[in-house]
Amino acid sequence: MRFDSFSAFIDMGGYGFYVWLSYGVAAALLLILLLTSITGHKQVIKNIAQRKQREDKLRQVRKQRQKQTKQLKTKLSEEVTE
Amino acid sequence: MSVANLSYRAVFSLVLKRDLTIAMRHKDDIINPLLFFVIVVTLFPLGIGPESQILSRIAPGIIWVAALLSTLLSLDRLFKSDHSDGSLEQMLLSPQPVFILVLAKIVAHWLITGLPLILIAPLLAVLLHLNEQSYSALILTLLLGTPVLSLLGAIGVALTVGIKKGGVLLSLLVLPLYIPVLIFATSAIDTAALGLPYSGQLAIIAALFFGSLTLAPFAVAAALKVSTN
Amino acid sequence: MWKWLHPYANPEVSYHFAGKILPWLSALAALLLSIGLIWALAFAPADYQQGDSFRIFYIHVPAASLSMGIYFGMAIAAFTSLVWQFKLADASAAAMAPVGATFTAIALITGAAWGKPMWGTWWIWDARLTSELILLFLYLGVIALQNAFEDKNLAGKAAGILTLVGVINLPIIKYSVEWWNTLHQGSTISKLGRPSMSVDMLWPFVFCFLGFILLVSVIICIRFRSEILTRNSIRPWVRTLVSQHLTQEKANEV
Repeated sequence: MRFDSFSAFIDMGGYGFYVWLSYGVAAALLLILLLTSITGHKQVIKNIAQRKQREDKLRQVRKQRQKQTKQLKTKLSEEVTE
Repeated sequence: MSVANLSYRAVFSLVLKRDLTIAMRHKDDIINPLLFFVIVVTLFPLGIGPESQILSRIAPGIIWVAALLSTLLSLDRLFKSDHSDGSLEQMLLSPQPVFILVLAKIVAHWLITGLPLILIAPLLAVLLHLNEQSYSALILTLLLGTPVLSLLGAIGVALTVGIKKGGVLLSLLVLPLYIPVLIFATSAIDTAALGLPYSGQLAIIAALFFGSLTLAPFAVAAALKVSTN
Repeated sequence: MWKWLHPYANPEVSYHFAGKILPWLSALAALLLSIGLIWALAFAPADYQQGDSFRIFYIHVPAASLSMGIYFGMAIAAFTSLVWQFKLADASAAAMAPVGATFTAIALITGAAWGKPMWGTWWIWDARLTSELILLFLYLGVIALQNAFEDKNLAGKAAGILTLVGVINLPIIKYSVEWWNTLHQGSTISKLGRPSMSVDMLWPFVFCFLGFILLVSVIICIRFRSEILTRNSIRPWVRTLVSQHLTQEKANEV
């Protein structure tokens, strides 16, 4: 340890403000970058999942509708043959 | 004669003529950047004060920065209208090398915007009390430097032509690339004011000119292919 | 070598590879950075001329050289993507741009904070500071262009062209700024005439530098993975991956 006391460590031989300013700004910017990268990754996954759900829903609706029309058609044809 | 076997020179002059004709029909496109140039330059004495010593000290910088900005203003037109009416895609589809087409368009742009700038610059230099020894340096640097501005700017326009709000983006992309031209041109004019030889700076601007003349059209062609996708 | 590299051209493989090395990289980065920074702040000797303000050096210099290095990395990625139509290179270039811009900003701010006690002003038009500022503009241009396109593939190509134009211009800009600086400023304070770093200053610097390199690769890995996902969002493997992820999350909530 180069410093006698904690206050000397904070003071940095009179250059405390500049030293801590640069370390602080660097740490803050890097933290922001890291956090936005992580949340961005989660957001991407969420977006894709939402789109997938929407598309799945649409597909289901389409399938159901096809089934309904098929049933309707068979019913109609049965009625006609009767 | 089919289009496919036109010589390169014929293609070049064809595109050049076409662009010049279009420009002649829209004269305000030529005049507006020029007016902008003049107005920006006249604003500086009003902001700084009429002392001729200060003005003559900063005149090269003002004229060159104003030239950069007015070139930037006029760049938008280089590909935009061709892109919106579809003729740009036709050009890219033609069997001729894109390099030549692009070069012709850039030369036309320089003739329309760069050349008037050079013609009017001495007048503004008088307004700014530019040192009398510097006039030839001013003209020479503009003559070599403004083509570089058109060439580098064309890359930026080609990249942003497909984007709706490309105008602001264009300045962000292009202005950093203009810095070397600005530095060497103004320093050549300053050196001339001291009565020293400025051929070194001029040689570097010439190198920038030839470098961008050979490389920029390739970049523009690649960028246009991306933009018209 | 091509055979060995070939599987990594597959986005799925490289996504999982990046995910696998991520924890190791982050652990190593955290270890090296904490050792390096604590050493630099508390144990390294003060400079005999600059006193303790010299401790800014331990982040300023790595940040400055990484800001340049990341730009060259981006240019290499852009080149491979444009020449060999290698889509993953676009994704990696897009992942690098914000990281590089952040490091450029850090280099500028720490440079200003170092300049204030040393030169007496926050900012001088020193050649290095000026070219660093222009580098920041170049980064911002690339990022803006990437965000301007709806289609990520087009965005990657356009940004790649701009990156290559920038990398040709960068040495010219650097040279011209240096030249401009010497012309306009007489003799500036010579940048801290230092014979050679003493060993007890060198070691913390090495630790910091390696730590920052690892941190950069961690962040690039994370961003690279999200870039791959957005670019391949309609592929089946992404779909299954996402649904797996969601079920896992739900299980965690319960």
